[in-house]
Amino acid sequence: MKRIVVLAKQVPDTANISGDAMKADGTVNRAALPAIFNPEDLNALEMALTVKDRIGAEVHVITMGPPKAVEILKHALYMGADYVGLITDRRFAAADTLATSYVLAAAIKKIGAVDLVLAGRQAIDGDTAQVGPQVADKIGFNQVTYVSALREVNDNYLIVERDGEVQTEVIKAAYPVLLTVCAEANTPRFPNCRRMLRFFRLDMNDNTGIIPVINMDDLALAEERCGLKGSPTRVHKIKSIMLKGGELKMYGTDVTDIRQLVRDIMKDYVEVG
Amino acid sequence: MKSVVFIEKNPVTKRLRNVSLELTYKAYTLSHPQGSEVVGVFCGEALPEDSDRLFQFGMDRLLYHTDQRLAQLHSLAYKQVLEAMIRAEKPEIVLFGATHTGRDVAPLIASSLKTGLTADCTQLYTDEYKDRGKILYQMRPAFGGNILATIVTPDHRPMMATVREGVMLLPEEHLQNPVRMEEFAIDFNDIWLKSEFMEIIPKVKKVDLAAANIVVSGGAGVGNRENFRLIRELARALGGEVGASRAAVDFGFIEKDHQVGQTGSVVRPKLYIACGISGQIQHRAGMEESQKILAINKDPEAPIFNIAHMGIIGDLNEIIPVMLRYLKEEV
Ligand SMILES: Cc1cc2nc3c(=O)[nH]c(=O)nc-3n(C[C@H](O)[C@H](O)[C@H](O)COP(=O)(O)OP(=O)(O)OC[C@H]3O[C@@H](n4cnc5c(N)ncnc54)[C@H](O)[C@@H]3O)c2cc1C
Ligand SMILES: Nc1ncnc2c1ncn2[C@@H]1O[C@H](COP(=O)(O)O)[C@@H](O)[C@H]1O
Repeated sequence: MKRIVVLAKQVPDTANISGDAMKADGTVNRAALPAIFNPEDLNALEMALTVKDRIGAEVHVITMGPPKAVEILKHALYMGADYVGLITDRRFAAADTLATSYVLAAAIKKIGAVDLVLAGRQAIDGDTAQVGPQVADKIGFNQVTYVSALREVNDNYLIVERDGEVQTEVIKAAYPVLLTVCAEANTPRFPNCRRMLRFFRLDMNDNTGIIPVINMDDLALAEERCGLKGSPTRVHKIKSIMLKGGELKMYGTDVTDIRQLVRDIMKDYVEVG
Repeated sequence: MKSVVFIEKNPVTKRLRNVSLELTYKAYTLSHPQGSEVVGVFCGEALPEDSDRLFQFGMDRLLYHTDQRLAQLHSLAYKQVLEAMIRAEKPEIVLFGATHTGRDVAPLIASSLKTGLTADCTQLYTDEYKDRGKILYQMRPAFGGNILATIVTPDHRPMMATVREGVMLLPEEHLQNPVRMEEFAIDFNDIWLKSEFMEIIPKVKKVDLAAANIVVSGGAGVGNRENFRLIRELARALGGEVGASRAAVDFGFIEKDHQVGQTGSVVRPKLYIACGISGQIQHRAGMEESQKILAINKDPEAPIFNIAHMGIIGDLNEIIPVMLRYLKEEV
């Protein structure tokens, strides 16, 4: 029986940013954006559950985030996770990838005897794809990034496909290993109705203890390596992207107009030879 | 400020990846004005066949470690070798291509060096920062491309960044630095080779969007796979490549290799023709630096018109056939 940890993040739904999500000063109003389960973290969780279905495993899902992130942990329970943990502490705020991976690595070590860690390839709020590898470095695991398919899994190793841009790499990786999983790898399953009914009313730190809250002291972390203090990078400036209006030459849909357009294109761009 | 650039080989062609040349030149523009060096670091089973070209783009020295066992990306081994090179050189700036290799190894090294790493930068420049003297300013889109953030790493060295291929420009004229390659010795440890590469399947890449002078792209507005033929024909008639929005790819009109945008290719052709593409921010991220943009869209309010230089409002299924007819006449 394998012990798997899935790293999941709650992210603002950047794909559906509307006008009211922008503040008057041009910055993004995070509060106005719907918060979702980071899409590729669902693929990571699906892979964990597939491994569980095939060879038996204990699936833990952890997230570092604000109390509201409890929503994605409940979703993970609906899908079939066995254990979840909410890692939250004001002192974790404004963490960059280095500080985030420090906290997540400590949480994985605390769970202990972990064979497999699965992360999403990247989170859509920053698209950095750094947290997975940085966790692997800190827990001393081998890693395979950009995993696009799970071919085989048994008690000793997994065989996966890695998207190596110009080539697909078929890789056999023994445990312990950390994989970062792409959207192509699978289709996340739907929440299970019975589990939804069972876990729907849960909240963090309620008397069931199903969603434990873990803070900096529980993980015995060094405060200077957490949150903003532990982040080497600083956001110096933020600018919302304004569309640059340029000169726009419009053509009509008459055949003569289209002919003019074709001539203009030919003249300027097409090397006739 | 001394720069180190990660040099990457295309494992299929055995030649340099373009991003390595682009970053070498970028590093040259960052380091040279201050009289500092640009050093390349490479590991693999053999040097890229055209390594000499780096010196035409501003490289001063290339450090390399070659070993048969490094033919494939063994993350831990690459990390050990490259980190040792970086520690030996003590650069202030380290640049990696935001390729699937760069994005695999760079975060491991940044974690180990306990320093900052800024992903997918679109602009890099140096300037004064408070009392720290000159540092690297790293601009990158965030929040799905809705904001542009400037990130700095004030107190940690090196300052590390990744940049996607096609984002930094190459110079018009070649430089003529002398070729200096230095072998880097390291005690190689077999325990760094944890993955077993059972099979390598080259992807047949049919499209080279980045190299095309003209790109004709179709979006959801094309309607179906059959209509997409019009996009291909227009591209062929103009001697260009076929591009697509993600929606067109998701609907199955065309293969993913053709996707332009944040999660596809970045292109800057002389002419970009967007047909039935609304111009969402993630699409624009891959094409808005095109020299000229022609938009064909039936919605006059489509955001693509805000960045286009030429436009036609109408149904592409009627407009493109007329264009094709006149194109044949003009040739
Ligand atoms: C993390 C993330 C990454 C993404 N990466 C990318 C990326 O790399 N590339 C990308 O393209 N998208 C990307 N997207 C998706 C992006 O947000 C948009 O959904 C997508 O670009 C929309 O494609 P479209 O313009 O073809 O479709 P739509 O937005 O549906 O636009 C279709 C357009 O066609 C027009 N039209 C319809 N019928 C006709 C007709 N007969 N004649 C003329 N015009 C017509 C309509 O007026 C409309 O403007 C990404 C999204 C996310 C969340
Ligand atoms: N705060 C977090 N809590 C849990 N997992 C995270 C967190 N941030 C990032 N991850 C994991 O790391 C992956 C890459 O994130 P990123 O480096 O931000 O693109 C995500 O897909 C998650 O699996």
